[in-house]
Amino acid sequence: MSALEIKNLSVRVAGNDVINDFSLTVPKGEVHALMGPNGAGKSSLAKALAGHEDYEITRGEALLDGRDIVGMEPDETARAGLFMAFQYPSEIPGVSIANFLRAALTARLPEGETLKAPAFYKELYRAMDELKIDRSFTSRPVNEGFSGGEKKRCEILQMSVLKPSFAVMDETDSGLDIDALRIVAEGVNAMRGPNIGFLVITHYQRLLNYIVPDKVHVMHEGRIVKTGGKSLALELEEKGYDWLKSELTPAEAG
Amino acid sequence: MSLDRNQPEVADAGLGSSSVFQECLSGFGWAAPWIHKLKQDAWERFQRLPAPHRKDEQWRFASVQDLALDSFRLPVVAGDSSAGVPSFDAIRNASARMVFHDDALVEAPRLPDTLREQGVIYCPMDEALREYPELVREHLLTRLPGIGSQKYESLHAALFHNGTFLYVPANVEIAEPFITVHWSGLDDGTALFPHTLVVVGDNARATVLDLFQSVDPGTRHFVCGVSDVYAGAGSHVHYETVQNWNLNTVAFHLNSASAERDAALKSITVNLGSAHTRNEQHCRILGAGASVDTDSLTVAKGTQEIDQRTLQTHSAPNGHSDLLFKNALLDDARTIFSGLIRVDEVAQQTDAYQTNRNLLLSDTAEANSLPGLQIAANDVKCSHGATTGSIDDTNIFYFLSRGIPRRMAEELIVFGFFEEIVSRFDNDELSDFVRELVQNKFRN
Repeated sequence: MSALEIKNLSVRVAGNDVINDFSLTVPKGEVHALMGPNGAGKSSLAKALAGHEDYEITRGEALLDGRDIVGMEPDETARAGLFMAFQYPSEIPGVSIANFLRAALTARLPEGETLKAPAFYKELYRAMDELKIDRSFTSRPVNEGFSGGEKKRCEILQMSVLKPSFAVMDETDSGLDIDALRIVAEGVNAMRGPNIGFLVITHYQRLLNYIVPDKVHVMHEGRIVKTGGKSLALELEEKGYDWLKSELTPAEAG
Repeated sequence: MSLDRNQPEVADAGLGSSSVFQECLSGFGWAAPWIHKLKQDAWERFQRLPAPHRKDEQWRFASVQDLALDSFRLPVVAGDSSAGVPSFDAIRNASARMVFHDDALVEAPRLPDTLREQGVIYCPMDEALREYPELVREHLLTRLPGIGSQKYESLHAALFHNGTFLYVPANVEIAEPFITVHWSGLDDGTALFPHTLVVVGDNARATVLDLFQSVDPGTRHFVCGVSDVYAGAGSHVHYETVQNWNLNTVAFHLNSASAERDAALKSITVNLGSAHTRNEQHCRILGAGASVDTDSLTVAKGTQEIDQRTLQTHSAPNGHSDLLFKNALLDDARTIFSGLIRVDEVAQQTDAYQTNRNLLLSDTAEANSLPGLQIAANDVKCSHGATTGSIDDTNIFYFLSRGIPRRMAEELIVFGFFEEIVSRFDNDELSDFVRELVQNKFRN
């Protein structure tokens, strides 16, 4: 199946169970929002999927186009087609954006093949122009000294160049002003299409004004408690997460 | 390098014996009396000064047992000293170049007429002492680092006979670098005393590179080099050194950089080679508004020890000094960084910074850091900082999450650590040359 299918996933961090029997399917071509209060397990889910060693998957599967990524090395998962946009992207002194992306693309080539510089820069500049990122950024070290907005734009740039089949965006909206938020959303919207599925993790409804989701899931205490259309996000915004906690009826993920 | 590893004192034999000094002096029969006196005084000082001891603060953490001189001697040039010296063409765009082999000149500089006509002098040190004694005398050995190796500064003064002399008159601006290549390896067991004296006049501009390397990986050498770079008022000077001696070399590189009023002086040191290097760098703000940047990059592996002692002296107001020493350590390598910022009472509104960053790439490598401040003025901005750590796991995960394999990620992170210094060379050919050297050292 052409989808990101998470089935009965349980995750443990430092001895605590943070994700419990979590199931969710994001078909290619769709954008799903995952919302929930702080501590619901949203970011833990993202890190576990990306293969972070501190997040131990104790049960379940995560299928990327039918291929189980549980137990894969993080770089293998990435090359299999999963992209993770970080909430707090790392600053990498001395490694330029161009060299970083070139290494990432080279890692995806068959052994012995090299990436031709003209083709690489053409693609890089296309993505930069689309995201209104100045071309001089290519020689700047990855995220070093970047503002919050610049870091998030750099994440979107990487996603645009690496062309994943699924992207998990971990609170990409946190700390962004409206202008930055709009640029990030435009980047995502430009990539939307039949060849990619998005799981957009957010605490606030605001981002979803710009990236309109096909489905909204609400997470609480490590599992999905409600699923609905885009109106669910508005309802949450209005009533707050406390309203949900009173319902607390686990819903089946769609 | 001593045969007896427990020998704590510098033995008064071999290089330290009076017969060696007399042998050296006999080569200076032609020289002015002041040169003889300078050497005689230095020799006496060398004999009088005690050998370094780990209990001295300025030798804390350092090895001293391998500094014995008894198994080294001065090189004897018999026949063609250029035999076996590889050609060096990594940097094509240069103002002029000269090449030494065990302190013997093997390639004389060809200074362009346009520079000669403007009064620029770039020649071997022995020629400078012969042809321009008064010009040399004004500066020679007047500004030594004095950060613990006074005995070796004296040894150098007594025994040096060659090296680089560059004189750039006031208002002459030269973009392309002057490159001096020092090779060791004419014979096994030789001692080298390369001297560099750079005098840049007011409002002039120059770049100088000293490159130290060995013809043969197996020969043993003792090196005691001194460099003194003097930037006149309003001048712009770059001084760059790449130390890539073979791993059987024990080296002292004792450097001084001084800036007069409003001068901008930048130095970059790259330490790759030697079994043990003692690198002292003393930068002096002599005139108001002067600025000195001192950068260093060391990649140490195996059992190498790179011992770095720095002093930033501010003797005039409104000066700026910024020092960044980065060390990457593999295997059982050791580094020592000991730095001091000293601000005199008159040096108000000084900006002085000192940073030491150590990247540990092995559990058994050892980086020692001893930063310090000594401030007598009351209106200054000074800071020092030292960090020591291994590659950050969060950064590795970031690379992995983009599909970059772990080995490649580590290499990119380490190269990124180097790049902060490598990119500061003001010459692309030089940056490329150094980038390749440091990357190869990390890889192999």
